[in-house]
Amino acid sequence: MEVSIAAAEAVKQANVDVISAYPITPQTHIVEHLSELVANGDLDAEFSCVESEHSALSACVGAAATGARAFTCTSSQGLALMSEITYIASGMRLPMVMIIANRTMSAPLSIWNDHSDAMSIRDCGWIQFFVENGQEVYDHVFAAYRLAEDKKVLFPVIINMDGYILSHVIEPIELIEQEKIDQFLPPYQPVHRLHPDHPVTMGAFALPSIFSETKKAQEEALRSSMPKIIDTLKAFGDMTGRHYHPVETYKSEDAETLLVTMGSYGETASVAVDKMREEGKSVGLVKIRLWRPFPFEAFKKATRHAKQLVVIDRAISTGACGPVASEVKAALYGEARRPSVYNFVAGISGRDVTPSDFIKMVDKAEMEIEEGNKEGFEIYGVRG
Amino acid sequence: MTKPESEWTWKELPVGNVVLEPGNASQYRTGDWKTLKPVLNKELCIHCGLCYIFCPDMAYNLNEESYFIADLFYCKGCGICAKECPTGAITMVLEEEEK
Repeated sequence: MEVSIAAAEAVKQANVDVISAYPITPQTHIVEHLSELVANGDLDAEFSCVESEHSALSACVGAAATGARAFTCTSSQGLALMSEITYIASGMRLPMVMIIANRTMSAPLSIWNDHSDAMSIRDCGWIQFFVENGQEVYDHVFAAYRLAEDKKVLFPVIINMDGYILSHVIEPIELIEQEKIDQFLPPYQPVHRLHPDHPVTMGAFALPSIFSETKKAQEEALRSSMPKIIDTLKAFGDMTGRHYHPVETYKSEDAETLLVTMGSYGETASVAVDKMREEGKSVGLVKIRLWRPFPFEAFKKATRHAKQLVVIDRAISTGACGPVASEVKAALYGEARRPSVYNFVAGISGRDVTPSDFIKMVDKAEMEIEEGNKEGFEIYGVRG
Repeated sequence: MTKPESEWTWKELPVGNVVLEPGNASQYRTGDWKTLKPVLNKELCIHCGLCYIFCPDMAYNLNEESYFIADLFYCKGCGICAKECPTGAITMVLEEEEK
């Protein structure tokens, strides 16, 4: 099954009420398939054909405010157009799920994959996952809705999946029986909703005298959603046997050098780790699944024993370094004994990063660190 | 709201900052935006009510003596009443620092 189709099937199985989306490559297949499902009567939901991504997310905000289960998905420039509303959805604590088929931000114009779109709304206050393969896209839809709608959470959730690398790939997907999903994901019971019988005001104006309090409440709520995130992933694992964690490791326990990746890099990097292990190198892998709230404790635990981290970013924070690397450095700054962090930006705008590229990056980083360049940053594989 | 918003702590805010009590904008002191306040010269006032009609904040109310008086809790000091008053009975004067 194509991963985009699996994503749409998951949205159907999650029994959403409102889908509001605008087609953009490489997200298009998800919306097209959902549109078909609704038109054919396979999914009883409102499919809102809007005129832009700004309207798509605005409609989801409105739908969620009435207590509906809402879904949208987008990529790249579409996400940029939505960005204003991303902050509104989280500030109003409205649960909904958005899949981002990650694609490069222009210019130059490109339709291929990297994480520059996701990074452009990094601070928008949503719970943000990066998944590794198609099965995870499908699985995370259910976990995301359950998490978003939990009364102790109430945040919108983003599932980032690499455009093309995942969205257009055909892979075997293990589907979950509908009865199990219905049990795992009961109907949404909002705390507050727009209803004529109980008038409330949502999204009201806040003066400087109270704005800081609202942001403190939001920040605390997002941080303290971490146990619920772990619980929800565990409950999902108990149901399916597929256990996910905010930070995952592969052959990392005794490794001197750790690759750090996010998204679909994980599988490729694990092949590279196997090869390097065969050659007797002490290399492991740490994969960040949960990007916001950032799992500081889990990340520190996973990297505690390493001598050096090789962080492979798929976006550039222009003028600084890779955004994952800067987060990693911030996470480790307070540690008494912290590994060196060497940062590569690789695979931007869909350039392939193969296992041998990961091996080359590890070799280069180890060499540079040995020569004293302990905090290096470079864009990998650039000609000239 | 049961108390001024400057007294709310972050822990007391309803989730998503939803306003649960309808019509509570009336508890919002817009009066502290002003630098000038309207002062009525009762001798010139002809009780026409144009100040009451034109006031964009509905700050004017009829008092027991049949004068329209601006409620300074709401009056933003825009001066429209003074501008519209046909007899020049309303003048805008600097509001003193007072609590």
